[in-house]
Amino acid sequence: MIEIRGLEKFYGSLQVLKGIDLDVPNGEVLSIIGASGSGKSTLLYCINALEAIEAGSVVVDGIDVHAKGTDINALRQKLGMVFQQWNSFPHLTTLQNVALAPQIVKGKSKAESREIAARQLEHVGLGDKFDVYPSALSGGQQQRLAIARALAMEPEYMLFDEATSALDPELVGEVLDTMRLLAEEGMTMICVTHEMSFARDVSDRVAFFHQGVIEEIDTPAEIFGSPKSEHLQKFLSNIR
Amino acid sequence: MEPTASFFFDFRISDLWFLAEAAWRTLLISTLSITIGTALGVVFGWMLFEGRWAAVLILGPLLDVFRSVPLIIQLVLFYNFAPIIGLILDPFLSGVVILSIYCAALVANVARGGMEAVSPSMRRAARSLGMSYWQDLRYVVLPIGTRAVFPSWVGVALGVMKDSALVSVLGYVELLKASQILITRTQEPLLILTIAGAFYFALSYPISRYAASLEKRWAS
Repeated sequence: MIEIRGLEKFYGSLQVLKGIDLDVPNGEVLSIIGASGSGKSTLLYCINALEAIEAGSVVVDGIDVHAKGTDINALRQKLGMVFQQWNSFPHLTTLQNVALAPQIVKGKSKAESREIAARQLEHVGLGDKFDVYPSALSGGQQQRLAIARALAMEPEYMLFDEATSALDPELVGEVLDTMRLLAEEGMTMICVTHEMSFARDVSDRVAFFHQGVIEEIDTPAEIFGSPKSEHLQKFLSNIR
Repeated sequence: MEPTASFFFDFRISDLWFLAEAAWRTLLISTLSITIGTALGVVFGWMLFEGRWAAVLILGPLLDVFRSVPLIIQLVLFYNFAPIIGLILDPFLSGVVILSIYCAALVANVARGGMEAVSPSMRRAARSLGMSYWQDLRYVVLPIGTRAVFPSWVGVALGVMKDSALVSVLGYVELLKASQILITRTQEPLLILTIAGAFYFALSYPISRYAASLEKRWAS
């Protein structure tokens, strides 16, 4: 379970998160929607401490993420993350990309790491691409590679930061399908997304961010069917 | 009357051996200096990249000095002043020390450039997998950065190899010094400098070829 209380984040004098309270129980798929610059992505970075926070707390499975003395490298293994930029390691083959972290971070044997990597690549539909370098893959394939790489650490939570935003339109579907597959398997997911169909069809809850606060959070049916806040109504009418 | 020219005109096979030996010494001092200089340079480059105040205020300007002052001046100064602080080094070791520092000063900037070539986003991805700072550096930043700046590094290495000729001013008989000795005796500058040039080429060419093949492999 991820528990966020009173989270505040500044970039210099600009406050991007203005007191976020949010609980994500295990097994939930939460989508976060909102305009660019509303603080959606920053929240994800604060959950796995890629960004420091100024106030409040993030607690993952009872462990305070931002407390001094927290073994953040151990904690991050629970929190898989997929970025807008797929960030494949260009000097490693697809299989090596996925096998690297299990081997060096978890200390698994080379053979075992490759086995895990092979399984995860099959999982995301890249079973025929083990020995290919990322430069030979399409954006959609590279993003699925990034998902496999995160899954190889056997995380309990997956954070998706606009995982499809940098993709050509025709490649968005394959990545969304992979995310959908994970959701069906019961993975706890927080997805910052601009794909409203994904938010509507796959998530258990949808949170609408506006200027650093969660302005509305509810089931997809409520958020898309009967939005209450004025900003959300405006946001939805703009993207339709 | 027997011409006196025969006294000069006597380039022998043994002279070729003399030059080969000198080329070996050029190779030795260059390899040592480039190895030490590269290792130091990567550490310095990392310090500049991290940009802590000590690196910015002290290391940066210091490396600038070593990069800007002509190597020949550094060599003479070091060789003559090191004994004052109790460092008595022969010409070879003095050469290695100065060439290494000089090489490190050049490599530091190359290395920093390589580290800067790895996007922050890539590093975040590595860290998000649970890699520590050092694991990220070792398995992600260094391999990617190395590929990015490898051609520049080869340029530095070949430059240092040629600059090692300057150690001759301290009396270390490497390829250029050996050529001068032979020229003085034989008065055959054209022939001997051509041979010396060929030796330098023979030392550099395999490195360039190897570098090119590495780059080609990485590009695939």
